[in-house]
Amino acid sequence: MAKNPNRPLSPHLQVYRWSPQMAVSIFHRATGFVLATAGMMTLLWWLSAIGGGAESYATFVKYVVSAGADGSAVQIASNWFFRLVALAVTFSFFQHLASGLRHLVLDIGAGYELKTNRTWASVAFVAAFFATAFVALFVASRFIGVL
Amino acid sequence: MDSRTNIGRVRGLGSAKHGGEHWLKQRLTAVGNVLLTTWFVLSLFMIPSFEHSALAQWLAQPLVAVPMILMIANIFSHVKLGLQVLIEDYVHDEGLKFASMTLLNFYVIASAVFGIFVVAKLAFTGVPA
Repeated sequence: MAKNPNRPLSPHLQVYRWSPQMAVSIFHRATGFVLATAGMMTLLWWLSAIGGGAESYATFVKYVVSAGADGSAVQIASNWFFRLVALAVTFSFFQHLASGLRHLVLDIGAGYELKTNRTWASVAFVAAFFATAFVALFVASRFIGVL
Repeated sequence: MDSRTNIGRVRGLGSAKHGGEHWLKQRLTAVGNVLLTTWFVLSLFMIPSFEHSALAQWLAQPLVAVPMILMIANIFSHVKLGLQVLIEDYVHDEGLKFASMTLLNFYVIASAVFGIFVVAKLAFTGVPA
């Protein structure tokens, strides 16, 4: 298909004021991408480290969870990287779950009234935020020794 | 002059009856993911110890290995459907689109097979030393 780069374009996202409904839609895609890549690769690494035996699991722990007292600089940097990954994946999980459930409701034809639609889009964000905060605090108190 | 009815004229020329397949599969795997990932997250909260031997014994049980394999298969088929839509919507160059779609299929199938193999091996051959 030949495409003329100079053809006029119809007004797109930039002409609209941002609303929760628009944000929840693009977040659903972005969080899906995070889960599909970072989330699943970390899960597969964890599973294969368990399957690989005690030594391979120790390597996983050193790089992902905690390098320990004699950890190298690379391992400590890797720990912080994976803490960010864990936070992003946790938020992505709950955000994708909440907006996904919203989509399933919309798919049966319910929830299109303007106010209802807006409310549940906002609820998806709030629910994801609090669920992520809960998990982060739980992990911090139980595994990292913070709190 | 064509004396057939309107419906007779268009019958057989329409869709291949697969129009809703992608959409429906995406929803079915989504519902499956809700169930399977809920199981997984609750399990993570209930695992008593994250020592290697405890985790390996946990994962080798049939009632853990089977849902884990189901979860890996279901998630990666959902990933395939979802990322396919991202590529279709945002990658406009035909060549790049074809390459992305090929890579996506490689990624999804290789990852799923790897994950299923890891869990099955542990479940069938037992916990390694």
